[in-house]
Amino acid sequence: MTSALPVAGDQTLPGADADGRFGRFGGRYVPETLVAALDELAAAYAEARRDPSFRDEVERLLREFVGRPTQLTVATRLSHEIGGATIVLKREDLAHTGAHKINNTIGQALLAKRMGKTRIIAETGAGQHGVATATACAKFGLACEVYMGAEDVRRQALNVFRMRLMGATVHEVTTGSRTLKDATNEAMRDWMGSVGKTHYILGSVVGPHPFPTIVRDFQSVIGRECRSQCLERFGRLPDVVVACVGGGSNAAGIFAPFVADQSVKLVGVEAGGRGTAQGDHAAPLSFGQPGVLHGSLSYVLQDRFGQTADVHSCSAGLDYPGVGPEHSYWKDSGRVDYTYATDADALSAFQLLARTEGIIPALETSHAVHSAISIARTLPRDALVVINVSGRGDKDVQEVMRLLGAR
Amino acid sequence: MNTIREIFESARRTGRGLVLPFFTAGDPDLSTTVRLLDAAAEVGVEIAEVGIPFSDPIADGPIIAESMHEALVRGVTPSATFEALAARRDPARPATVAMVSMSIVHRMGVDAFVASAARARLAGLIVPDIDLTVAGELTARCDAANLACAYLVAPTTTGERLRRVVSQCRGFVYLLARAGVTGESSGLPEIAGQVAAIRAIDSTLPIAAGFGIATPEQVRAALEHADGAIVGSAIVRRIGAERAAHRDPVPAVREMLASLVAAGAARGARA
Repeated sequence: MTSALPVAGDQTLPGADADGRFGRFGGRYVPETLVAALDELAAAYAEARRDPSFRDEVERLLREFVGRPTQLTVATRLSHEIGGATIVLKREDLAHTGAHKINNTIGQALLAKRMGKTRIIAETGAGQHGVATATACAKFGLACEVYMGAEDVRRQALNVFRMRLMGATVHEVTTGSRTLKDATNEAMRDWMGSVGKTHYILGSVVGPHPFPTIVRDFQSVIGRECRSQCLERFGRLPDVVVACVGGGSNAAGIFAPFVADQSVKLVGVEAGGRGTAQGDHAAPLSFGQPGVLHGSLSYVLQDRFGQTADVHSCSAGLDYPGVGPEHSYWKDSGRVDYTYATDADALSAFQLLARTEGIIPALETSHAVHSAISIARTLPRDALVVINVSGRGDKDVQEVMRLLGAR
Repeated sequence: MNTIREIFESARRTGRGLVLPFFTAGDPDLSTTVRLLDAAAEVGVEIAEVGIPFSDPIADGPIIAESMHEALVRGVTPSATFEALAARRDPARPATVAMVSMSIVHRMGVDAFVASAARARLAGLIVPDIDLTVAGELTARCDAANLACAYLVAPTTTGERLRRVVSQCRGFVYLLARAGVTGESSGLPEIAGQVAAIRAIDSTLPIAAGFGIATPEQVRAALEHADGAIVGSAIVRRIGAERAAHRDPVPAVREMLASLVAAGAARGARA
């Protein structure tokens, strides 16, 4: 099995520098109270990462509990219908709980146990990361409290119930705009007062150092598997790898192991929402500029005074005004191309993949499907385009029914 | 020497402990914020803090976070706050320091922000979420504009890190009296250890303690060790309560501040 974590001294996966920066991005813009906790976490992670028994334990759980490795599926009918490159699907939708989020929560929960923490907190938007955290906590017997915006609690009642079934407490957040960014604020506030026995499992490659590195590392199993599966199956690397980007954890996970392979084009797809005006999309890399949000410097959607802007996407998992600092670094260095797909693009791609491949993707993933199709059309049949199918779409079918009915 | 430092040193010479009230700019509106500052000066407040509303104040508990959210909904901006503060009759009484998130400073630009703050005749800045690796740049710009920078020291800040934070502070060091967010608490602040650790690094730098300090008793306890005691959520809560009762918050806050200032001054009488 592919190793669950980057192997020690893996130069293809440089972490942040000593100041927690990827180039000029990242860092630690947090109240001083959190600095000691972040130092403790960074030290514990560095030590765990070197410990073969920790790596073995993560690998065993990913295999026996999560169901890794996830498969690579050639999308034969979709590729034929598009009439371009061969499209290949990396099936994170087949991971336990139906999305890639579990790769990170299993790793961080094990790290928390190792650090002697007995209580876990997390933020969640659509509820996918909340469910994955509740799952890991149930598995390891850790107390779990999830912060979720009141607006999202209403929209994602089923995920709230799933978390509660697994023993988690869900706190409804009624501050600010009552969505993911406010849930993240509340989780950070909780952690400031509870750092002694509590670990905060951040769900994406965002936040203060060392979170962007830790989450990327735990998600990088996707890219390592995908890389070796391509070599084994096709005898070569893919030409293009496409992933959707909200905070950017599934994208960072599949991109990172390919970053050193200059022949592989990497494409991140943001949520273009319903238009290009501020407030109508959730695409900071496409329309934002560098700013500070949730502890790091990265591209962000803000007004001219640095107040976080309202965002919109049909996909709750992409409905976030910021993005991980390493993506900002990859954007500015030109290593990854970032584009966006609109709500309407995603809805079409959602239906197309369902109809041609018998796979209902998450709405988040559908953004990547749309852009991958556009790219595949311009390429010859022997070209290989990989889509990271970050999650399955069961959670979205009701919303899609509503959106299609309204059109 | 900056104004903030001068005020603390003068207070130290006479044994007074300072009480620093915190107001959210534009809570309930900017003209009231200015009247609250004037009222504070009348009852003997020498340094006050004005929080510039921010959309994501992670260091703040529910009371201050809500006041900032409401101020933003009403359209309060850093520019409008600066204009209102610049138009005060006497911007030096009380000397005013702005509490501002790095998100705002970064977006407006360090140079532009510091220049605006100086034009508004602010005496200093507290940036609670600075990344210490970039604090040097901000401190240097503030030094050039004669603005006193203050950064946070937590109960868990030790060793080389403590030394680095203290070396960047100019007017005073903001000592967190407890872990956690802003908000009232029932216990007395326990800061003796951290005060001693800071003094061992810099015996002259004034220390103001905040977070969880609300009552005259807590002010007295903080001022046993620190030079200043910062009271925030209790005041903001009182302003909200007065507003909910359709009353002008200024008289109630003036009375509250008078009793807090008296608690601080009592240290001088005892010394």
